[in-house]
Amino acid sequence: MPRPATRTKAVDHLMSDITAIDPEKIKVILATDCGSTTTKAILIQFVDGAYRQTHRGEAPTTVEKPFADVTMGVINSVTEIGELAGRRLVGDDGRIISPATETEGCDIYISTSSAGGGLQMMVAGVIAEMTAASAKRAALGAGSIVMDVIAANDGRRPHDQIQRIRDLRPDMILISGGTDGGTTDKVVQIAELVAPAKPQPRFGSDYEMPIIYAGNKDARDAVSSVFDEGGFDLQIVDNLRPVLERENLSPARDKIHDIFLEHVMAQAPGYDKLMGWTGAPIMPTPGAVGDILQTVARLQGINVVGVDIGGATTDVFSVFDETFNRTVSANLGMSYSISNVCAEATMPNVLRWVPFDMDERELRNHVKNKMIRPTTIPQTKEALMFEQAVAREALRLAYKQHKEFATTLKGVQQQRTVGDTFSQETGGMTIVNNMKLDLLVASGGVLSHAPRMHQTAMLLIDAFEPEGVTMLAKDSIFMMPHLGVLASVHPKAAEQVFDRDCLIYLGTCVCAKGSPKPGKLCFKYELSGSLTDSGEIAGGELKLIEMGMDDRAKIILTPARGIDLGAGPGKRVEKEVRGGTVGLILDGRGRSLSLPEDRATCQATVQGWLDSLDVYAEEKEAVAV
Amino acid sequence: MAKAYTPGLLVTRHKTHRVMRRLPISGEVKVSVGDTVTADDIVAETSLPGDVNPINLSNQMSLPPKDVVECMLKKEGDPVALDEPIAQTKGIFGMFKTTVNSRYAGTIETVSPVTGQVIVRGAPLPVQVKAYVGGRVVSVRENEGCEIEADVAYVQGIFGVGGETHGRITMACQSHDQEVTPDLITADMQGTVIIGGARMTVEAIEKAREVGAAAIISGGIDDQDLKTLLGYDLGVAITGREELGITVIVTEGFGEIAMAERTFSMLAAHVGNEASVNGATQIRAGVMRPEIIIPLASIPADDADQQFEEGQLEIGRTLRVIRDPWFGMIGEVSGLPSAPHVLGSGSKARVLEVKFPSGETAIVPRANVELIEE
Repeated sequence: MPRPATRTKAVDHLMSDITAIDPEKIKVILATDCGSTTTKAILIQFVDGAYRQTHRGEAPTTVEKPFADVTMGVINSVTEIGELAGRRLVGDDGRIISPATETEGCDIYISTSSAGGGLQMMVAGVIAEMTAASAKRAALGAGSIVMDVIAANDGRRPHDQIQRIRDLRPDMILISGGTDGGTTDKVVQIAELVAPAKPQPRFGSDYEMPIIYAGNKDARDAVSSVFDEGGFDLQIVDNLRPVLERENLSPARDKIHDIFLEHVMAQAPGYDKLMGWTGAPIMPTPGAVGDILQTVARLQGINVVGVDIGGATTDVFSVFDETFNRTVSANLGMSYSISNVCAEATMPNVLRWVPFDMDERELRNHVKNKMIRPTTIPQTKEALMFEQAVAREALRLAYKQHKEFATTLKGVQQQRTVGDTFSQETGGMTIVNNMKLDLLVASGGVLSHAPRMHQTAMLLIDAFEPEGVTMLAKDSIFMMPHLGVLASVHPKAAEQVFDRDCLIYLGTCVCAKGSPKPGKLCFKYELSGSLTDSGEIAGGELKLIEMGMDDRAKIILTPARGIDLGAGPGKRVEKEVRGGTVGLILDGRGRSLSLPEDRATCQATVQGWLDSLDVYAEEKEAVAV
Repeated sequence: MAKAYTPGLLVTRHKTHRVMRRLPISGEVKVSVGDTVTADDIVAETSLPGDVNPINLSNQMSLPPKDVVECMLKKEGDPVALDEPIAQTKGIFGMFKTTVNSRYAGTIETVSPVTGQVIVRGAPLPVQVKAYVGGRVVSVRENEGCEIEADVAYVQGIFGVGGETHGRITMACQSHDQEVTPDLITADMQGTVIIGGARMTVEAIEKAREVGAAAIISGGIDDQDLKTLLGYDLGVAITGREELGITVIVTEGFGEIAMAERTFSMLAAHVGNEASVNGATQIRAGVMRPEIIIPLASIPADDADQQFEEGQLEIGRTLRVIRDPWFGMIGEVSGLPSAPHVLGSGSKARVLEVKFPSGETAIVPRANVELIEE
């Protein structure tokens, strides 16, 4: 029988602990993120009237055999912090010491996890573009990897759909479909595909496959009876698309988190112990990153895009006008999936970013060797430049997928006036608008560990093609997951650390939208404040103006005819810009960015761009990898 | 002495190896603890529930879903043959009846009054698990599977395609750095595990498949050749389920790269012996590498080379550089500086000094080497 949509005892217990926490008394916070390969720990302390991240440590994750206990990696990373901080954090009993005293322990310990491949889900809905898309949004927003989306109109025959469900081994399944009072038989038909397929959960043969039903409330009884036979743990929550015009994703997302904690995590080795240590529910890593970005966007009233490019996958998060979206590009990454990036983007598209000749056959072998030995690092400048060329394409493709997914709701009837006659806009338009983007945050090895921050900035600009005035930043040590969980127990501490220690501001970029003529005026600029300067940017030109971390300036931009810098084509813009480790970047290359087709011309053009930003200059202080 | 941990691929003349043989779902285990098995012996078997086939009777009979139940000629649980009538409308005055025959053979599993859909479950699918490696059964998990133990020579490859197979070892190449070409593959290699040297060409692999070889193993393969062999460009290294008719294992990497001399000579020492091989590779968390397992009739004398701790990077250890500009070269650790070093790429990383057989030395990031484990 289905269980009512209430929180379980384990979650209730943790939630009551959270409400019992007095933020004023929390002075030492310990946070870990248990990744697939590395467990990263940070220590946050109340120093001179503010919360600051003070120390960090890391150790290999120990969820796989022969260790098969995630807490060993946690203790190792925490011990490293303890040694660095001169503070005893692990007691003789092998547990984290809490509460804190002057010299030892912490007031609260929190954690996120993506070990063991993270949370993997299958979602289903009636119409692929409507309820199934909403279900996918709910699952992704909760931090899950969506293995497949089953819909009545997905083009597959029923027995193919059933076979697919059988082949997958998700951690849980989310079923939606129908608005409240709408179709019931189509929703039940979806349930009838899932029930006989009897999908096996990934972990543990003795636990029942959790099914969350978040569809038409009138179909609840019929759906329940389909799953009556057993082998399933059906849980019912409010419809995630009660009417076509509105999504209600929170109940489904909360339920996903509960089940993640109660079932999935409990099956992974050592997590039962870890859950007993934490002062707040363990969150899936990407879910926590989404939470902190939403918190920051809300508090500062800005639009944010965040990207985390890993070895296997690339996550893109966006908050535009308070609407949050997350996508996971499952096979776009820089090591395990590097070969797939080259296959999807095609080698000529990768090589257009490389300003010298490379043998394609040799490169293909290099790419495959990186795929089978994913932990290697580029030793030569040429190898680094090639890897960063691949990264540009991986990010470009991931952002393209994100824009296609982050849309206004499809299926909504729109009233049109005579004025709309020539407008083809319908539901389902992307809400990602680069001109309205205020802050672009980068994380993931290839971006965070680039030897020069100029490389990170250039990668972001080339791949995301921001328009108008946009701030660029990187997550210094991938701290966003920790801060996402912290935001749920102590938002003030999370915000302070995010602003002061998490983000490293690279600077601001000013990018012209339109098709400027090469060598002709693209826009004029005039700076006043910490910096005084003025000049002109020609079509195709890139210019870097040094502006330090603490520098702020007013910029007046006067675009040429047809060029848009935020106020419309040819219209003057006045904004405040801040500096950073790179500075102020003025980009007159136009949007969308196009590179010459002729290989020699393309190489010369790209070399010119790299030189103008000093992207690969020698630097005394290299970044440790 | 400075020490650091670096993983490597295992190549050993002797280890006591265990393999777990497990059914996908509960079933019957056919062996007992203490039994001796060969690679082909079936150790466990079960039946998977048959395929599920939905038939939408409501649409086919143009009836509301709730009326479908009354029209059924078969009940839930009844067996049904292919083309056998399963439902019939009442017609008009007993005439103009519409009959629906089953498009599938199996058992009627459900009849839904909500959707008018009937689910026909096909016959159970038998699943048999073979021993894969000859040895002794050392443990049995009831209804689940068993564990087999054997003293073996063992080689971990870096990448492979194709699943489990076995056969006698034959040599195609005379040295570890000889390329495998089609002329080296002969008809008498049918059913064998062919050992090559350096890069194997796609023509050689296809010839091996033609003669019916079980597997082919060599130092390297060109990515373009792999693409030709598979018929698609491999995006992520998750393999083992390809149905190529042959298992292919690469011991070193992609490109023109020779098999490590020790690996080659060890395999050559077992010509004529039975080997179990599996090309399945998963490069993700919980990495899985392809393997070559050679059960031993007798345990070799202690290996004098075994003087280092597993995974420990120490002066004198043999390693392979796994990234350009020295990709594929084998040398010895000659220095382990503790301070990070600025690389040509501009990154700062921990490095080691490696001495190649030519006497030349190089500074290489520790992340870019792989120990050759013995």
